[in-house]
Amino acid sequence: MKIAFFPGCMVDMIYPEIGIAAVNVLERLGCEIEMPEKIVCCGQGLINSGYREENKAAARMIVEAYDTPEYETIVSLTGSCMNAIVNDYPLVFKDEPEWLERAARLKTKFFEFTDFIVNELGVTDVGAVFNDTVTYHKSCHVTRLLGVKEPPLKLLENVKGLEYIEMAHADRCCGFGGTFSFKQPVIAGEVVYEKCQTIIDTGANVICGADVPCLMNIKGALGRMRADGRLDRDIRVMHIAQILDSRG
Amino acid sequence: MSILYDTDKSLKERVAASLDDDFKHNAIKTAQEVFYVGRGKLVAEMEGWEDLRRHAVEVRNHVTENLDYYVKKFATNAEANGYIMHYAPSGDDALWEVLDIFEEHGASYAVKSKSMMTEEVGLNEVLEETGIKITETDCAENILQTAGSKPSHIVVPALHFDREAIADIYRKKRGYEGTTVPEEITHYLRKILRHEFMEAEVGIRGCNFAVAETGSVTLVTNEGNGRMVDTFPKIQIVFVGIDRIVPDLESLDTMMALLPRSAVGAKMTAYFSLDSGPAGPGEIDGPEEVHIILMDNGRHTLANTEFEDMLRCMRCGACLNICPVYRHITGHGYGSIYPGPMGLVLTPGLVGYDDIDNMVFACSLCGACSEHCPVGIPIHDLIREHRIKIVEEGKNHAIEVPIFKALELFWSNVPVYKAGMVLGPPVMKALAGGGDALDASSAWIPVVKGWTSTRDFDVLSTKRFTEWFKNHEKLPTEQPKQNEEGGEQ
Repeated sequence: MKIAFFPGCMVDMIYPEIGIAAVNVLERLGCEIEMPEKIVCCGQGLINSGYREENKAAARMIVEAYDTPEYETIVSLTGSCMNAIVNDYPLVFKDEPEWLERAARLKTKFFEFTDFIVNELGVTDVGAVFNDTVTYHKSCHVTRLLGVKEPPLKLLENVKGLEYIEMAHADRCCGFGGTFSFKQPVIAGEVVYEKCQTIIDTGANVICGADVPCLMNIKGALGRMRADGRLDRDIRVMHIAQILDSRG
Repeated sequence: MSILYDTDKSLKERVAASLDDDFKHNAIKTAQEVFYVGRGKLVAEMEGWEDLRRHAVEVRNHVTENLDYYVKKFATNAEANGYIMHYAPSGDDALWEVLDIFEEHGASYAVKSKSMMTEEVGLNEVLEETGIKITETDCAENILQTAGSKPSHIVVPALHFDREAIADIYRKKRGYEGTTVPEEITHYLRKILRHEFMEAEVGIRGCNFAVAETGSVTLVTNEGNGRMVDTFPKIQIVFVGIDRIVPDLESLDTMMALLPRSAVGAKMTAYFSLDSGPAGPGEIDGPEEVHIILMDNGRHTLANTEFEDMLRCMRCGACLNICPVYRHITGHGYGSIYPGPMGLVLTPGLVGYDDIDNMVFACSLCGACSEHCPVGIPIHDLIREHRIKIVEEGKNHAIEVPIFKALELFWSNVPVYKAGMVLGPPVMKALAGGGDALDASSAWIPVVKGWTSTRDFDVLSTKRFTEWFKNHEKLPTEQPKQNEEGGEQ
């Protein structure tokens, strides 16, 4: 199956290994992956901070890159960026009918990574082997705003050697919230420390998720908690793609 | 202005104060769990919950779209029931109407049950200034009034005090001599309040829903004090927000199925009063004269704006009970009598943007509020809408504008981005002392310190995914195991 890939800018900037893992998984499943060159960021940090007008340039770039007849199916590795594209771009472009129409067209072509594998490819066992205890953070944008609830859990269920332990309030926000975590670091810190505590309480060695920004936030907080003694063991933070790419 | 309080403190200071108060912090967290679990259980076992929600949205939208019609219809029918109607465009108008009623009767003593509308206009303070004694009879509100404290939740406002603190408040202020056993404190309150119910000349109350077709006002309470306020004193004043109106008893039924379940995780409350007029001739119970203050105070201006959906709100507090931010900063962090997600929409909607500090940015836009709202208000979208309006109206902080302008360029321009990705990684690596993340020691770096003051920040990668992708060798296809429904679609 021919697909276009949307990695999200954090994958390009900070976590290339997540993108590589996802490409491996999709290629093993027979996907012919293409990726436009002229992409940077979806720009959601702008509109979420109130800068709607300023979000237009980034939004136009994404629409221009992906709204082409060659791309019938687009797979997004990041839930919150995909949510911005499919659910927020109509607001960004509310006074620009032409772009609004193009954004609406994109909406029908976009699929979240795990949703694509389970519901479009019809695969729940990707042949992964991962011998460890894992808990999964149900990111707000993936779970609540895109409505992708079952697919990641089905995929984890079929990973050999993986022992899944559900954390309490798995669908509670990690406190990232884009610029919120810079503008309100104290509040964001409280929220993510509590999230981390629920992760720690599972006893799992690995926390995974399907949204990159949340993982960055959780990793940063676990690192800080490890440094100041609130956490006395190493917990690995992984994207679900990395687990699905694992062969034991 | 009585919607906002503690305006001499910044959001940051109010948040710090809330976080410093371990008892308050934990009490709110525990209460959230209790309400959330209770609500979740009831919603799960109730058939047709989503249908009810949809119906409620229709009903509430219908009223908003025909607000003038329903205000008039309710007023006409209430008047026909013997109520004396007062229309108050603003909070000040409402206060003048109330003061006139007291003056007309030469009254100086009132009892009151919990009402957000009276909080909104600062009724207690105004009455007290004019020498009128007013006693809050809701247990939690009485604690707040006695302590001189503000509500930390819209439904359970005294959550931030434990039994020791409450006993102490009554010892110091009222001469209470008992123990900290809750039942004993309650008995004490009951005893002193009974007196007040008997003596008071005026009863002041709110109204959860006003029924247009029958001209009735309703009161939903759990303690029974509300019913005494609305039956004992001979003169009664009912505060009704124009956004409380429902068309008829059938739509009231829908709202009443949603309200207690959403608010406190209960099928119904202990008391529900549906009043349709003062005591009739020959009736020995009930007030002789009832005034309804039908108050707008900014609601009409919300209709026909982006925030119109907020007029559906029935003040259940479900959004507070699920909010990951509210659970930490508590109602006091917001500095508004309307805190939490609904407060972040309603507060600026009613008071504007000049005095609210950074309030609308105290939200991660996680959407849990919108998901749980029984009347389907897209709360987190509306919070963001306020942010957009703040920027459009130029009320954002000048200092942040260049940062967002720089992001606008960086996030939408490939050459600029590429240049940034050449310079950025080595600079960050150096700042991180050669490590993989900026840790606590980097909390001096402007902008970044917002993050690193509480979390480590992973440095930019020297290897870029897009570069790898261009040159990578495609992996061969493996035969995947298909799921039961199977097959490519």
